[in-house]
Amino acid sequence: MSGQDVALAVSVFLACAVEAVEALTIVLAVGVTRRWRSALMGVGAATLVLAVIIAALGPALTALPINALRVVVGGLLLVFGLQWLRKAILRSAGLKALHDEDKAFASETDAARAAGRAGPGFDGYSFTIAFKGVLLEGLEVAFIVLTFGASQHNVGLAAVAAAVAVAVVVLAGVVVRAPLARVPENTLKFFVGVMLTSFGMFWGAEGAGASWPGGDAALLAIIPGVALASLGMVRWLRRAPAERAVGEPA
Amino acid sequence: MSWIIRAGRAVWEFVVGDDPFTALGVVLALGATALIAGAGAAAWWVMPLAVVVLLGLSVRRAAR
Repeated sequence: MSGQDVALAVSVFLACAVEAVEALTIVLAVGVTRRWRSALMGVGAATLVLAVIIAALGPALTALPINALRVVVGGLLLVFGLQWLRKAILRSAGLKALHDEDKAFASETDAARAAGRAGPGFDGYSFTIAFKGVLLEGLEVAFIVLTFGASQHNVGLAAVAAAVAVAVVVLAGVVVRAPLARVPENTLKFFVGVMLTSFGMFWGAEGAGASWPGGDAALLAIIPGVALASLGMVRWLRRAPAERAVGEPA
Repeated sequence: MSWIIRAGRAVWEFVVGDDPFTALGVVLALGATALIAGAGAAAWWVMPLAVVVLLGLSVRRAAR
């Protein structure tokens, strides 16, 4: 397994774990307050849709010429990664609320109770909420699996990393029987944002015809470089309000 | 026809999100990289520079 394969597996695993934690909170909320069977059917249906998306688009993407693929995938990863990174920077600087699974769980259970009591048999509310939650969180994972996997011509490895992440999160959820509030979600999102941006930059430039000094080893400078620039922005944002306050008239 | 428009909007929302300036900047930076590399000059530096500038501007816009 090459260094890029390891980075691919770690990035997909972490991105998938973060999304799986959020999906688990939604499924737990409707399962606990309403009907487990219908919620799990929703999870199964969403998983099936996601598997079909990956199975359909994966081979189509990998059939593209490598440079065209890398410029498209690099651009998409960059746009996506910069969004993750911007939100993570704002959260770290205290300018955006941290994602709180306990709060999200309380809000979902309140909504589930407000929807009335579940009748006997199939519960449409549990099915729909679980289906939507897993599908929406899963789409981001499918996107990352496809883009990372296609660029490395290893969609299989990306899919396995995603499946392991889901299994680990589900197992933890079964053991804890509560939302996984202790997972350092915001730190993980920061890290995933750095990886998406770094790989997007690397593949995008290569696809556009540029050659990185040192070839693949350039990633060893790109990843810490993006991380340092992002941490610098967090520091700048934390100091900015204090400087504004000093500059304001008394 | 309406479902195509809805699907297009959903894809736009999913990929570009709430910051179209950053998406446009990424496209321009990739174009500049292709032009410079096509002219035979070193072009690897364009994307790191673009990322720092685009991320800084995006963060500043959001922080305001």
